[in-house]
Amino acid sequence: MEPVTPPRPARPAGTPVGRRVVLGLLGVGAIGVLTGARIQDFLERTVGPVVAKDGTGLGALLPFGRFRFYTVTGSFPSRSADDYRLRVRGLVDAPVELTYAELRAMEPTNLTRDFQCVTGWRVSDVQWRGVRLADVLDRAGVAAGARAVRFTSFDGAYTESLTLEQARRRDVIVAYELEGSPVSSAHGGPVRLYVAPMYGYKSLKWLDTIEVTDKVVPGYWENRGYDVDAWVGRSNGRDDEAT
Amino acid sequence: MTTAAATPPPAQPLDRFDRTERAVHWCTAVLGLTLLATGAALYAGPISTLVGRRDLVRTVHVLAGIILPVPVVIGLLLPRRGRAFRADVQELNRFDDDDRRWLRRRTHSRARPAKFNAGQKLNAAFLAAAGVVMFVTGLMLRFPERFAVDIRTGATFVHDWFAIGVALAVTGHIVFALRDSDALAGMWRGRVQAAWARRTHPRWYERVTGQRADRLAGSPDGNSSGRERAPR
Repeated sequence: MEPVTPPRPARPAGTPVGRRVVLGLLGVGAIGVLTGARIQDFLERTVGPVVAKDGTGLGALLPFGRFRFYTVTGSFPSRSADDYRLRVRGLVDAPVELTYAELRAMEPTNLTRDFQCVTGWRVSDVQWRGVRLADVLDRAGVAAGARAVRFTSFDGAYTESLTLEQARRRDVIVAYELEGSPVSSAHGGPVRLYVAPMYGYKSLKWLDTIEVTDKVVPGYWENRGYDVDAWVGRSNGRDDEAT
Repeated sequence: MTTAAATPPPAQPLDRFDRTERAVHWCTAVLGLTLLATGAALYAGPISTLVGRRDLVRTVHVLAGIILPVPVVIGLLLPRRGRAFRADVQELNRFDDDDRRWLRRRTHSRARPAKFNAGQKLNAAFLAAAGVVMFVTGLMLRFPERFAVDIRTGATFVHDWFAIGVALAVTGHIVFALRDSDALAGMWRGRVQAAWARRTHPRWYERVTGQRADRLAGSPDGNSSGRERAPR
């Protein structure tokens, strides 16, 4: 009779295929890190357009160049265009409240620029339409002593800021159209900020209030370590091509 | 106590995974599923729109990722209690002729796996490697200041695609486990039915019981009826 529990063999026989698989995959990972930027670029140009037209929605799970939707609160806030009001207050001659229709009636500006996120993704040639932030500020009249502008979102948590000089740039707009249609709730609609020369976190979504202040008040992510001046390619330790 | 009966004794449940092995498995499972869920909430477009709360989700994801290797490393280092786990790792590493038989459709039904079949071995090898790759690229993404932009993009690229691979492998692993309640019990309680071990891991059965697992002619397990799982 054989013993009931013989000792385990000290060293199982056979070839170490497991180790080879592991080492091979580590090699694939290392090559991927070194060449991934080029492969990603190639995929964006070849497969990206196919995935973008994919009707099943599964393509959205693949990591391709498109917007990734970020919200710092639990859900996407929604407000209809009819209910929407943009408040301008703080160091102004007279606080104003603009309706969606009033914004639309102001002189429009079109911008077609890349959208660059500080986490690395970039969407090329995004078409925006809106009004210049400078024009909105002028509706209220900026008072003496004003140095900066602070934005709050109607998601109840997100804030951002710009210096007055940055806010008056021609490529900083209060946007209501994206790619030819009204800005959707997921994209920050009905009205959001678009700060073209800076990383995406500056382009506050669900714009609620613009407050003119005497100094820059750091915003949501800036309190969590991001740079206050978020120039694309010249901040946050990144050197992306300027948008 | 010897078992010198003329007929085979009633089969006792067999010890398959000890406490260390199960602790390592379930701790890693909880961390891994947390990582998959929070990772999806951060980066899978449609899911991230549902969850939000990026700051919290990101913190949980990074913490779970940093803790991920800890259970495995502890299991490997425990001098006495880690012995069975180390033996498992060694056995998972080694492939023999039987594993080749298992992997070929034509010869799959003749394979006689030991403690692990070739599919389990490949899954383990893939997840071990992917774990290391995800850990390293994850650290690179967490501390990006130290790396050139191209390398960062490369790390993002690798982290993204390996994540999809891990999600598929883990899904397969869970599906197979749910389809085989005996196997699941082995990892949950540590013990398995002898009949299951004899049928699915005959050479392991022979090793731990000292009895032959040959199928007797005419026994319920003896023919290749539809019970056998199709290859793949």
